Order: sequence, then structure tokens, then C-alpha cells
Amino acid sequence: MGAKQTRSAQKYQDLTDKTGFSPEQIKNLHKRFQHLSDNEETISRENLEKIPALANNPIRKQIIDAFFDKRNQHQNEVGAFQEIGFEQFLMVMSHFRPPTLKTTEEEREAMRKEKLRFLFNMHDTDNDGTITLEEYRKVVEELLSKSGAIGLEAAKAIADAAMLEVASTNVPHMAPDDFYEGITFEHFEQILKGLEMESRMHIRFLDVDTMTMRCGKSKS
Amino acid sequence: DWTLWRTTFGPRAASALTGHESNHSEHEHGSSLSGIPIVTFKWHHVETPYLVALFILVSFLAKLVIEANHHVTNIIPESALLICFGFILGGIIWGADKVQTFTLTPTVFFFYLLPQVILDAGYSMPNKLFFSNMGAILVYAVIGTCWNAASLGLSLWGCHMGGAMGDLDIGLLQYLLFGSLIAAVDPVAVIAVFEQVHVNEVLFIMVFGESLLNDGVTVVLFNVFDAFVSLGGAKINAVEIIKGIISFFVVAFGGSLVGFVFGLLISLLTRCTKNIQIIEPGFVFVLGYLAYLTAEMLSLSAILSIVFCGMCCQKYINANMDENSVNTVRYAMKVFANGSETIIFVFLGISAIDKTLWVWNTGFILLTLLFVIVYRFIGVFFLTWILNKFRLVPLEVIDQVIMSYGGLRGAVAYGLAMMLDENKIKEKNLMVCTTLIVVYFTVIIQGITMKPLVTWLKVRRAAVSELTLIEKVQNKVFDHMLVAIEDISGQIGHNYMRDKWNYFEEKWMSKVLMKPSARKNRDRLFKVFHQLNLKDAMSYVAEGERRGSLEFIRNDHAYIDFKKKFDDDYYEEVMPDIMADMSEDHGEMSSGRDPVPSVSLEMHEQNMKAVRDSEDVNTHHLLQQHLYRGRKQHRHRYSRSHFDVNKDEGEVQEVFQRTMRSRLESFKSAKMGVAPPKSLSKHPKKEQQQKMSNGKSLDKTRSYYSGDEDFEFSEGDSASGFNPSYNSMPMRVTYRAGAGIENLGFMPDLDSGPSVQLPPWLEDSSSVVPSQRAQVQLPWTPSSLRRLAPLRTSTRSTDSFMMADAPPNAQQIDLPPPPSPPASPPPPPPPHHHM
Repeated sequence: MGAKQTRSAQKYQDLTDKTGFSPEQIKNLHKRFQHLSDNEETISRENLEKIPALANNPIRKQIIDAFFDKRNQHQNEVGAFQEIGFEQFLMVMSHFRPPTLKTTEEEREAMRKEKLRFLFNMHDTDNDGTITLEEYRKVVEELLSKSGAIGLEAAKAIADAAMLEVASTNVPHMAPDDFYEGITFEHFEQILKGLEMESRMHIRFLDVDTMTMRCGKSKS
Repeated sequence: DWTLWRTTFGPRAASALTGHESNHSEHEHGSSLSGIPIVTFKWHHVETPYLVALFILVSFLAKLVIEANHHVTNIIPESALLICFGFILGGIIWGADKVQTFTLTPTVFFFYLLPQVILDAGYSMPNKLFFSNMGAILVYAVIGTCWNAASLGLSLWGCHMGGAMGDLDIGLLQYLLFGSLIAAVDPVAVIAVFEQVHVNEVLFIMVFGESLLNDGVTVVLFNVFDAFVSLGGAKINAVEIIKGIISFFVVAFGGSLVGFVFGLLISLLTRCTKNIQIIEPGFVFVLGYLAYLTAEMLSLSAILSIVFCGMCCQKYINANMDENSVNTVRYAMKVFANGSETIIFVFLGISAIDKTLWVWNTGFILLTLLFVIVYRFIGVFFLTWILNKFRLVPLEVIDQVIMSYGGLRGAVAYGLAMMLDENKIKEKNLMVCTTLIVVYFTVIIQGITMKPLVTWLKVRRAAVSELTLIEKVQNKVFDHMLVAIEDISGQIGHNYMRDKWNYFEEKWMSKVLMKPSARKNRDRLFKVFHQLNLKDAMSYVAEGERRGSLEFIRNDHAYIDFKKKFDDDYYEEVMPDIMADMSEDHGEMSSGRDPVPSVSLEMHEQNMKAVRDSEDVNTHHLLQQHLYRGRKQHRHRYSRSHFDVNKDEGEVQEVFQRTMRSRLESFKSAKMGVAPPKSLSKHPKKEQQQKMSNGKSLDKTRSYYSGDEDFEFSEGDSASGFNPSYNSMPMRVTYRAGAGIENLGFMPDLDSGPSVQLPPWLEDSSSVVPSQRAQVQLPWTPSSLRRLAPLRTSTRSTDSFMMADAPPNAQQIDLPPPPSPPASPPPPPPPHHHM
């Protein structure tokens, strides 16, 4: 009993070091993980797809893919997992950790880059280092997937225009026959330079268990 | 409420009115004696409204002069300058009358000047930003204001006890009353100053939101302490205090509720005002004003009421009303708000020049000033310290400094001070005087130093540049991603809540409050395309006008130039607009276009509209000059319920007929050399192939038929995006886009492929230049804007060709719009690459 506890405490400590979550947060997320996986060791795509609240999300597929993407595990591997364990789950989640007041400027910059990388990987589905027009169209298409046929048209148009925009900002003097094959990470970073990320890519990981307090909160 | 204000200008007006009546009767009496006078000078008859109008004129002129000097307003904010102008004006009046006849009475201020400023603030509130910071705003507004009031009152009382102010007849309760009236940050002053320093949007919404919401607190505190003062210290017991606390919640939430109800009412009303489009915008103002008055009547917070009224209805009325009406509302809102803001500041200045008001008490005044500033800092820093423990993105120290420093007091405090009862509070004049000094100090001194401070502290500013398209897309991705991550991790956060709210809003509220038609186009992709096309067409026509209607058609070089130019225009102007709309569609009030100025009082007129208007003017000028001279085309000017121009069936028909005739001639001359696009609209599949072959054949035949302007024209036309969406967009995709895009062979003419879809009046032969222009521009007159889509589709069928022989009828124009545009051809990447 005691040994088991120290072992799990040890494990949590490792995860804390790796992901930056506090032990309480890890405990909560672990609970959530077990809930999602039906107390299995690993989680599969089907587990995530079953989450009811996710059903309305237009980019659900991309998000779920991101969880199974090896690139998001910081281990220089590519490809996709079939199933992920808790540690991988946490690693993906750690992209969304908010900075604290203590976070230094360099750390913030690093976090920002990491988040952008996450986003980039999400769009760059074939992992060739560029977001091609086809890939980007898919992104926009999915975003607008609830709008029916018009959405499809608009998606195409918007993706095209956005791509052209990237091309024109990054390669201002293209010859007529030049070919812009896609957004590289550098370009991606460059073009999203002005975007406020601070309030955009964080979520609050509560120290307390939210599963028990699902109701009774109003929108504010 | 404008007219209301003019006619009943405060209590002074009432007395003046009765006075003039007696004068008037006397005058009549006198005149009957000496026969009929040819001209009489009846100053008293018009005195009050005349003075009011004159005063408004002078204030506006002052603003005009002030705004003409940019180098001055860059340093000193406009509000401060207006107050200074008020000093001068007040001095003149004082010199002339020896008594201050113009003072800002609470009635005038609270009933006729304040509502429109606040309504505008609510109407243009960036809702998403506001609600995502709601918690913090409430904390500042409620706790912060209470803290300010209590600490100021108690400290002043303490100093009084300590003997710092000499002999004053002010008790503890009166100090607290004074504290409560001066505690609140003033929305008018805050907007005026912060609008000119573009701080980041979170900071702005914090100060601005606080200034709006703390009114509820101020009013309650003021009323409670006012009642306490009347009761006298002895009768105050726990029950009264508890009643006071309860009344706070009732006043605040009751006021918000009244506003909410009226907001829903407006939304519902605008659902069914289709037939009275002219006065449709009036509902918004009248009901907004009624919301204010109703809350006031029920002794609830009127400001909260009108704020929430504006916030609730903005989305629905924008969707429900006609585009023109929406613009009218926006514009009129700014006219009223900006106008009364100007008047308020001038009034504040004038009010100072009144000898009876000035009671100097160095200790009281200086201590008040000191405490106001110090406690504001303490309050903000303490509350932020607590809030930062909970906030996802903590507020930085610099932001806190600006927030504290931005605690400007303004006309609301002055209005409340004027409402004090002289019989109960002996030192009323001292309090008013002190309030004025605090107001001047904060608005002028802090206003002037705000900008340098912001620069010096390197406060994060609002992004000046427009968001690029990709950024907007990414923002959407972020939003959805955060919701998804929260869902997966089982956390309930802002995103989760917002998502749920959006869902609820979409499912229920929109159903009730929006017109079915508006709901259908609501994820305004339709509108996106509408705007897109509008813009395309406009730049096309403008370009055509500039180059002389058809030059660019004959001249390949010019055509390419034009396209280049067009590309640029497009990226600079169109897309941000569209995306701003897009983000609105998804249920969040977009603050994307320009975060801060969306709340600002200046009317940032949309370029697009301006362009369109000038286009309209052009069109009408041309029409009048070349086509319809001598007709009664001025008819509409006399109609009060009819604003549409050129809706005359006859005119439309004539344009159509002329077009068709000349079109037919050129068509015959072309001898059907090009495969006539029969049965296009009926078989969309075929259509596509047809288009392709068309494009090719056009390509081949082009040189042979180069004399035929018809085809040339349509080529230039479609290439420049005058076509429906699916043509206009791909045209812009002038880069070579990855795999999947072939057919480079006939690229220049793929664009021209869909030329058959042009409405006949566009495909006119260009022999008659003026009429050509007129026809090109015709669809952009306001009345026919709506018909654009139907026209395009209806004429896609070849019927129009055939019908050219028969008398064409304008009926065709009214065909219903297509459910959706047919699938587009693969986006044609033309070889010209302009980047």
C-alpha cells in the first residue's frame, strides 16, 4: 500500500517535471483519462470521438489527430500512434498550459513557439514541413463545414486568398512563373507574429476536480 | 429624443416657455390695436429653442475648430480642449449676463445628454471581449467603487476630525455621500480619453466596462446615503443597512433586466418592420430611450438598462434590418453620441464660470483630490492582486498603472453633485466645486498625460494593422481548438461556457429574434460573398470609369494593369471586411476589424459604403445626363416614405430594352460564332463542361472576333471579378497552386469561360459609351442591389439571348435567388502573376 503510493507519487513527480503540470492537475487529468478510456491503460481515437460535447466541433478530427501525432511528443518522431497512454495525453495537454506570473520572457517566447508548432503540425498533415494549399483548404473547409455547399465554396476561396496573402508577405517579389509550394513553419511564425497568443491558446487546468461540479455554473 | 431634447430643455425651458406665452398674448393684444404689422420681431416666441440650437451649433463649431488642429489634439485630448472652450464661452456669457445662465442641470444631463452616449457604448460594445472579462469588470465596478466611496468618505471625515479643513458643517454620512458620488469612473470621460490612446483591448474593456457598470453601484450608494442623510444618523439601524444592500442588487439587476427586455423588444420589432424601412432605425432609438426612462421610473439603474439594451439588440437588429437601416442606426448613433459628448464637455467648462459656485476650502479640495487618486491606485492594485490569482492571463503591473490612472471622473459625478439637496447638505456648493475640480484635474491633467504615460511605460497597444486573413482563420481555429481541449480534458472554462452559450443562442434566441430570412443567411457566407462581389464590382466599375469605360477591354496591357491593381485593392480592403463578418457569424461579436475604435465615438465610416455612394452619384449623374433628361426623375425627393432611387419600372425597362437591342445586334454580327451557351442553368454538370469548351473556343475565336466588343468586354469583366462568387474568387488565385490545378493552356480565357453568365445588360456592345456605363453601373444603385444575384442567375440561361427579340421585360429581374451557386469550375490560375 505504502509502496504503491510512493510509486504513484514518484510517477506524478516525473510527469510534473516533464509537463509542468502540478500534481493536483495531473491527478485530475488522470481521472479524466481513466474516465475516457474506461479504465484502460491507453486511449484510442474512438474513445475521444465518443465525447458528446465534441460532436459539434467542426475541427474535431484535427484535434483528435493531434493527440495521436507523434510530433507533439517532443521526441523527434513522426507518424501516428494507434493508442496513447496517459503520458502522451499529458504531453499534448501541456501545450495549453497558461503561463504564470513567474514565467520569464524567454520561457514565454518558447511556449509561444511550441504552441505555434503544435498548430502547424495540426495543419501540416503529411509532415513535409509545409502547409500546402490542399492542406490549408482542408483546414478552412472543416472550419466552415457546418455551412453546407456555400461553406465549401467559401472555404476554397478563403483558403486561396489566405495562401496568396502568405505568399505575398513572405515572398514579396515572385516572378510570374514562381511557385509557392506552401507555408513553412518560419513563414507561419512570421505571419502570425502579430497575433495575440496569450489569451488564445491557454485553458485553465483547475486544481480541483471539475467532474463533480458540472452544473450550477452560469456564464460570465 | 433629439426633438424632445430641443423642445424641453430642462426646467429653465419650462419657465421660459410659460414666460413666452404671456409675452406672446400681450404682443398679440398690442398688435391688434395698431393694425396688422407686416413684420414682427418675436424673440421671446423662439427664445428657448433658439438658444438651445445656437448652443449646440456653437459647441459643434468649437469641435470643428479643435479637430482642425491636429497637432494640438495630438497632445491635448479633445475633451480637455472642449472644457477649456467651455471656460471661455462661460466667461463671455458671464460677462454679458453677470450671471451664469447656462449651467448643466441634472435633468438636462441625465435625460437628454447621457442616454445616447451610453446607448452608443452598449450598441457598439465588443460583446465577446466584454463577457470574457466580465468577472474582473464586475469586481472592479462593484467592489472597487464601494472601496473608493468608503475610503474617501472615511478619510475625509478623519481629516476633518483631525482639523485639517477648518470649520465645515459636514457629518460622516455626508462625507460618505460625497464619497459615493465622486467614486465612480465616468464612461463619457473614459471613452473620450481612451479612444485617443489606443491601449490594448483587454485594458480598454476593463476600464470602459468598469465605468459603465459602476453606475449601478454609484446610483445605489448615492441613493442609500442620501436617504441616510435625510433619516439622520440616529435612525440608521441594521435593518436599514440590509435594505440598502438588497436595494443594490435590485437596482443593478433590475436595471439590467429592463434593458434586456427592451433589447429583446427591439429585436422582435425589427423582425416585422420591412414595410416601414424609413423609420425602422427610429425604433432602436426610441425604445432605447424608453428603456432608460423605464428604469429611471422604477428607480433602477438607468445606465445599466440602456447599456444592456444596446448590447442585447445589436446582433439581432443588424441581422434583421435592411442594410441601409443598419448603417443609418450606426451613423445616427454616432451623431447623437458624439454630439452630446461634445455638449457635455462644453457644459462642464461653462459650469465652472459661476461665482456662486466657488467655495474654496484648500484642505477639503486638495485632500479630496489626493485621496481620489491614491485610493484608486490602492483599490486597483489590491483587486488585481486578488484577480490575478484567478485570471488565466494575469494583468501586468503596467496595465494596472494605466487602469488606475485612467480612473477619470466626469459629468456623472457633477450631475449627482448638482442633485444634492441644499437644505440637507449645507456645504453643497463646496462639494460641487470640489467635484468640478476633480473632474477638471482628471480629464485635463490626466487626460493630457495619459498618452505620454502610455508611451513611456510601453503599454501594449492595440494592433494598428488589420488582421490578415490567415490570422482570422487561425483565430477561428483557436476558438474551436480550445473548446475541444476543454471538452477532452473535462474542464469547464470560459470556452466551454461560451460554446454552450453560442449553441443556446443559435438554437433558441436567434429563432425567436431573427427574421427567418436573416437567419438563413446568418452564417453570413452569403453576405461575405455579397460584399466580396460588391467590392469586386465596384473596383471594376471604378477602374472602368477611370480609364474611360472600355479602354481596358481593347487594350490588353491596360487590362493586365487593371488586374494587378485590382489584386492589390482586394487584399487591402476586401478580405478583412469579410473575415470580420465571418467571425461575427459564428456568434461572437467581432472586434477584429479594429478592436478599440469599435467602441469609439468617431464614426469610422466604411470605405466601401463611401465608394458605393460616390458610385451611385456617378450613376445618377450619368443617367440624368444621357438617358433620362426631362423625365420626372426627381420624384423620389418629395416622398417621405420612399428613399429608393431609380426604382421606376419604366427606366429599368428602358435600360434593359436598349441593352438588349444593342446586345442583339452585336450578337447577330458575331453570327453565333461561339457556341451559344444553351441550357446552361438547367444542367449544372453540363454547364461546367460547356464553360470549359466555351473558354477554349473563346480562346481560339478570340482573334477572329476581336472586333466584337461583346466578348472582349465580358472577358475583361469576368476576369475582373464582376461575376458571381465562384468566378471572382478563383480569379484572385493567381499563383500556381500545388497539384490539382492544370489547364494552364487556356488560362487567360478560363476566366472568360463563364462569360455567358453575365447578365445581358452587362454584355452590351459598347458602342454607346454613356449607356454602357449606365448599364454597367445600374445594378449598384441601391434599389437594384438586391436583385443582383437573381439577375445573374436568371440570365445565365440563354433565354435572355432569345428574348432579345421579344420585348424584354423587367420582370425577369425579380426571379428568386438560387438556392446556392452551382459548383464552381476548378479555380483557374491565370498565368499573370502579380505579387
